[in-house]
Amino acid sequence: MSNLLLLIPIALFLGLLGLGAFLWSLRSGQFDDMEGAANRILFDDDDVKPSGNSKKFHQDES
Amino acid sequence: MNAPLQSCRHCGEPVTAMSPAAPDFCCAGCAGAYELLGEMGLTSYYNRRAIDPKVRALRPDEEEVANFDFTELASTDNEGHHHLNLMVDGIHCAACVWLIETLLQRNSAVIQARVNMTTRRLRLSWQGEVADIEDIIRPVMQMGYRLIPFDPAALEQATTSRNKELLRCLAVAGFAAGNVMLLSVSVWAGYFQGMGGATRDLFHWISALIALPAAAYAGLPFYRSAIGAIRNRRVNMDVPISLGVILALGMSLAQTIRGEPHAYFDSAITLLFFLLIGRYLDGRARGQARSAAEHLLSLNARSITVIEPDGTRRLIAPQKATPGMIVLAAAGERIGIDGTVIEGQSDIDTSIITGESIPVLTRPGTTVFAGTTNISAPLRIEVTATGGNTLLSEIVRLMENAEQGRARYVAIADRVAKAYAPVVHTLSLATFIGWWLIGGIGWQDALMNAIAVLIITCPCALALAVPVVQVIATGRLLRAGILVKSATALERLTKITGIIFDKTGTLTTGKPELVGQPPEDKLMLAAGMAANSNHPLSRALVRAAGNVTPQANVSEQAGLGLMMQGPAGPIRLGSRTFCDIAENADVPSDITGPELWLAEPGVAPTRFVFRDTMRSDAPDVVETLRKRGFDMTLLSGDRESTVRQLAQTLGIPNWQARMSPTDKANHIQTRSDDGKHDLMVGDGINDAPALAAAHASMSPATAAEISQNAADIVFQGDRLGAVIEAIDVARKADRLVRQNFALSFAYNVITIPLAVSGFVTPLFAAIAMSSSSLIVIANALRLHVKSGKPEGVDIKPATELSQQAGT
Repeated sequence: MSNLLLLIPIALFLGLLGLGAFLWSLRSGQFDDMEGAANRILFDDDDVKPSGNSKKFHQDES
Repeated sequence: MNAPLQSCRHCGEPVTAMSPAAPDFCCAGCAGAYELLGEMGLTSYYNRRAIDPKVRALRPDEEEVANFDFTELASTDNEGHHHLNLMVDGIHCAACVWLIETLLQRNSAVIQARVNMTTRRLRLSWQGEVADIEDIIRPVMQMGYRLIPFDPAALEQATTSRNKELLRCLAVAGFAAGNVMLLSVSVWAGYFQGMGGATRDLFHWISALIALPAAAYAGLPFYRSAIGAIRNRRVNMDVPISLGVILALGMSLAQTIRGEPHAYFDSAITLLFFLLIGRYLDGRARGQARSAAEHLLSLNARSITVIEPDGTRRLIAPQKATPGMIVLAAAGERIGIDGTVIEGQSDIDTSIITGESIPVLTRPGTTVFAGTTNISAPLRIEVTATGGNTLLSEIVRLMENAEQGRARYVAIADRVAKAYAPVVHTLSLATFIGWWLIGGIGWQDALMNAIAVLIITCPCALALAVPVVQVIATGRLLRAGILVKSATALERLTKITGIIFDKTGTLTTGKPELVGQPPEDKLMLAAGMAANSNHPLSRALVRAAGNVTPQANVSEQAGLGLMMQGPAGPIRLGSRTFCDIAENADVPSDITGPELWLAEPGVAPTRFVFRDTMRSDAPDVVETLRKRGFDMTLLSGDRESTVRQLAQTLGIPNWQARMSPTDKANHIQTRSDDGKHDLMVGDGINDAPALAAAHASMSPATAAEISQNAADIVFQGDRLGAVIEAIDVARKADRLVRQNFALSFAYNVITIPLAVSGFVTPLFAAIAMSSSSLIVIANALRLHVKSGKPEGVDIKPATELSQQAGT
């Protein structure tokens, strides 16, 4: 029985972690443009100016 | 038509010999765009992109460049950064997204440029002056994209945030359902393997700990809607759902406290999870259709150019105009206000208001209305009416009166819930009283059995029956370019017995085409002159002639015609009076319609007659609809001869000409008072009240803004076949919804006796509930399978239309 007392909290913790991750990604606008997200992975980065643009990808309007 | 030489390197449109930048480009704008991309080293765009034939070609020179005051909607934050939201028209594929973002980010003032490919909206942030925006976006405009600023607060924010809330609830319910199910499966296995009572109670307590807060949060959308319904003394599907969930949880908690073996935490939370999936998908499908419809409308939005007393020009939104302002309407521009012409002479295309297909000559003193298009020459217009005094607001009033009938329509799901809820609740009460008083068991046990009845009948399948079918039906229509805006539109569409068509712009394309075969040399001469003009008749001449070399030295006299110095004297192309032809000149006049004359010195004049052509599939569509027994009517504001001619060609028995907007709406009202259900298909401002009055309504994407708002369904593209497609899908969806109801009732017929007799266990409830939901969903998915027989006419292949789905 003692293994249950360990395993159930672990299962719940992992589940909550997943839920938290999903809610965070929803809030940061990652589900706003599913079609664009599918295509963006194929863009070449060479042409985009490198000046710290990486942060921009989470600043979408919500 | 002569074969095009090749495709334009920039926009991919055919290049003809008359193109100024032949042979590589169709127009100077495309050549400029290509050169600009070359300078910036971005030509890899051309290798990556895939041109979507359904999206407007990227021709910078095409149409007027829409003028907007881009600074008006820009906002500035504390750090001095400016933000603006823009609609982008002309996105073909992901490469376009990449190109737009890259072009903007090359400018060092730009902080962020991000295109949302799903909604085709661009969010732009920049630093420096607000007014720099025009320089920043110029390269994008030069590529041929159109950018239209919009206010995100004014657009469907409510729908978006509601969908986000549903998604959050869905996530919470999914988490809870997964974990509770994990524990429940252990408990079920324990029935057979002899789990100890203490362990089972522990599992129940943990389940309660997860399920109660999760259900309290994830069930909110249902509880709110149920309370709203009860306050209005109505019953909707959410009432039995909320009651079932709350009672199941309450009973399970009581069971857990008492240390009893049966708890229904898993059933309650899984029910919420399933229902939220259905509801979220439903909301998303309609959100997509609405945002596509909004996109189309914003593309028509225009600023108006106001001329200040000191002569300076200023762009403002049409709503901000006040009487007495002087507004400039350029040739080819849509007029944004009601007013009186004070300077200039031009032709006005009034088809959107009157249904009249021939442009009307305007002079100083003529009254013009918002929504009409100025064709040939610039006009100065004094604003006479604004706000509640315009023709448009008059139409809106008519619409509001007409709409009341439709608001009374009750969706099938709510009708079912209304019949279903009392039956179930009575049954549950009867079970309780029966077991307690007659069965002679304790009131706690009797209550358990009564609640088991509520849980087992809890309308999981019933509540999924409609939304799942709706999602699939709207999605399928969306891919075909048909946007279903109203939740009950498809249901109402199945009740249709009659179809009422508008003429101009609906059955016809609204564009005149040359009729007959004039002599080739005359046609080429006339088309060469006409290539210098924007008048729809001139354009029709050029289209009919095909490959045309524009004539030089042609002067246009607005509202009259074109003139050119020929070797033997002036050559004129224009109206009868302009070419000095007697009113009763002898012409074989069996064809009626707008006309142009070509007069050369010393030669008999040539007459070109035009007709507003039908949409190419209109005869097939009307024929198919007639075969299916629909009662069709043609109502038009146009002249009697034109309407009669079209009605006869198409074989529409009932037609009426010269109908005012009120006449049209009254006609439909009279018919609906007789118990007839009509589908109205129309596009003009004059059709808007009729669209609102009809049982269901459709309007093409080219329609006036107000008509698109009034219509339940907006269809894109040139085919009228969308009407048949929509009716077909609606009927199929209706059939599936009815089957789904039948399935869930059949399931209830089997399980209710078991529940009433007290045989139901949580395991049984879980299996019955999920299997019935899966059957209902599987049945709804059959809508995706196209039946073997061809339905309707000219249904476009899905590949060609896939891009549409994303808007």
